[in-house]
Amino acid sequence: MKGKKKTIFLAIYFGLLFLPIYWMINMSLRTNADILGTLTLYPEDPTFRNYVKIFTDSSWYSGYINSIIYVTINTLISLTVALPAAYAFSRYQFVGDKQIFFWLLTNRMAPSAVFLIPFFQLYSTIGLMDTHIAVALAHCLFNVPLAVWILEGFMSGIPREIDETAFIDGYSLPRFFITIFIPLIRAGVGVTAFFCFMFSWVELLFARTLTVTNAKPISAVMTRTISATGLDWGLLATAGVLTIVPGALVIWFVRNHMAKGFALGRV
Amino acid sequence: MNKWGDNKAWFLVIPVLVFVAFSAIIPLMTVINYSLQDILAPGKALFVGTEWYKKVLHDYRLHDALWRQFLFSALVLLIEMPLGILIALAMPKKGWGISFSLVTLALPLLIPWNTIGTIWMIFVRPDIGLFGAAINNLGVAFDHTRRPLDAWVTVILMEVWHWTPLVALLAYAGLRAIPEVYYQAAKIDGASSWKTFYYIQLPKMRGVLTIALLLRFMDSFLIYAEPFVLTGGGPGNTTTFLSIYLVKIAVLQMDLGPGGAFSLIYFLIVLLLSFIFYQVLQRVGKGEKV
Repeated sequence: MKGKKKTIFLAIYFGLLFLPIYWMINMSLRTNADILGTLTLYPEDPTFRNYVKIFTDSSWYSGYINSIIYVTINTLISLTVALPAAYAFSRYQFVGDKQIFFWLLTNRMAPSAVFLIPFFQLYSTIGLMDTHIAVALAHCLFNVPLAVWILEGFMSGIPREIDETAFIDGYSLPRFFITIFIPLIRAGVGVTAFFCFMFSWVELLFARTLTVTNAKPISAVMTRTISATGLDWGLLATAGVLTIVPGALVIWFVRNHMAKGFALGRV
Repeated sequence: MNKWGDNKAWFLVIPVLVFVAFSAIIPLMTVINYSLQDILAPGKALFVGTEWYKKVLHDYRLHDALWRQFLFSALVLLIEMPLGILIALAMPKKGWGISFSLVTLALPLLIPWNTIGTIWMIFVRPDIGLFGAAINNLGVAFDHTRRPLDAWVTVILMEVWHWTPLVALLAYAGLRAIPEVYYQAAKIDGASSWKTFYYIQLPKMRGVLTIALLLRFMDSFLIYAEPFVLTGGGPGNTTTFLSIYLVKIAVLQMDLGPGGAFSLIYFLIVLLLSFIFYQVLQRVGKGEKV
């Protein structure tokens, strides 16, 4: 494809991408009666009533805070344990390495539906029910393997000679890892953090099962309100719009790490 | 080639094993327990051997859900993989366009799954949805709650809208990792853009595309929240995918025995297929190495 065609293709694609989101924003700025009344392409009488309701009702906005807390804990745990493991898989051969790597991945393939009841029993037994850490730990089930997997891919793209040279220069493994290696794969770390954040942020089943009130995530608050008030399309759309905001901020922060790519061979 | 063979590397892996074992092995053992027992009351269970497995394997509704699931995943992969690569190739390589594209692509991925279902439910409704109303105005009768084909079109559209950006983002990260010298070499050799794609970009993207393909396969095969909100598995059972059926058995009807057996079989199918994908892609990759 040539330059101009590319731009047109992208523009059309992004337009289609925005359309359903735009429609939700459109809904969020209207009252329920207005939505059900007539179909208009833009809110003719925009109102922020739905937004005001969410920001002033603590049962609504605490959902956002809870979600952000457990997602952050989960991302930190996932990155901390996955970085050394990914390095091991990328650089060393050890007994059972391939088997362990694949076993880790299998944990992303388990249908979460039936894990619900065992998880509920497990976290009740150890007294972690309705805490942020419970949800963060439960999300490790799929995020830690994913982090190892993505990081391993990025690390294997870095030539081994860099490690060897550093060790000859007298670097210890931890010092080399922190001062040289992690900066080299910062794009990968950014991408991994993004994916951990994303999968933890959008997950609903575990987060809803493991929380009652103290750590209830926004996605659970949304479903509860739908069933309680019938279908308030405007309020629902508003909550949906607001669930995009934290994620959009995160991608804004990691975009440079992704955009720069890696400076392979230009160390 | 590797003279670093070293079992001390195990120490680097131990933290991961502890975390995953805690949240995977213990619950998995509980599920295996369920699948082999008939739980009559708390603390009172009867060992029934493979009874539940036989029951589940002869359930025709499960067979239907399984074929539906295969068709769904196949369609989704066939559309999303090429489209994602195409988008990654079309994305700008420098300037403000990069940030704009990345942020835009990431948007659908960061919306909670039940909200995705809600967005599309609003979007395709014939009365208040832009898509539904527009299609109906063109003279095509469209109602995803009544016509199975329309429901399928809607679910596929939603899935493609939701997840193609993931393929595009991964492919783009892979493209960015290709050193500039490769392109310069291709330019000197006078390679066409198709040849540059086939001989340089595609092989170099193999790692990330493997990740994308496996992720997309697994997640499309385990899909739950979005179609559940959008169609509720209907009309009839025409969009009842495996997870929707599983939750129906295990959580709504609380049939823990069949539920446990079902989920282990389900798990094994995903495992087997992913393993085959993984192996094939590794083979293909080795063949391409020049």
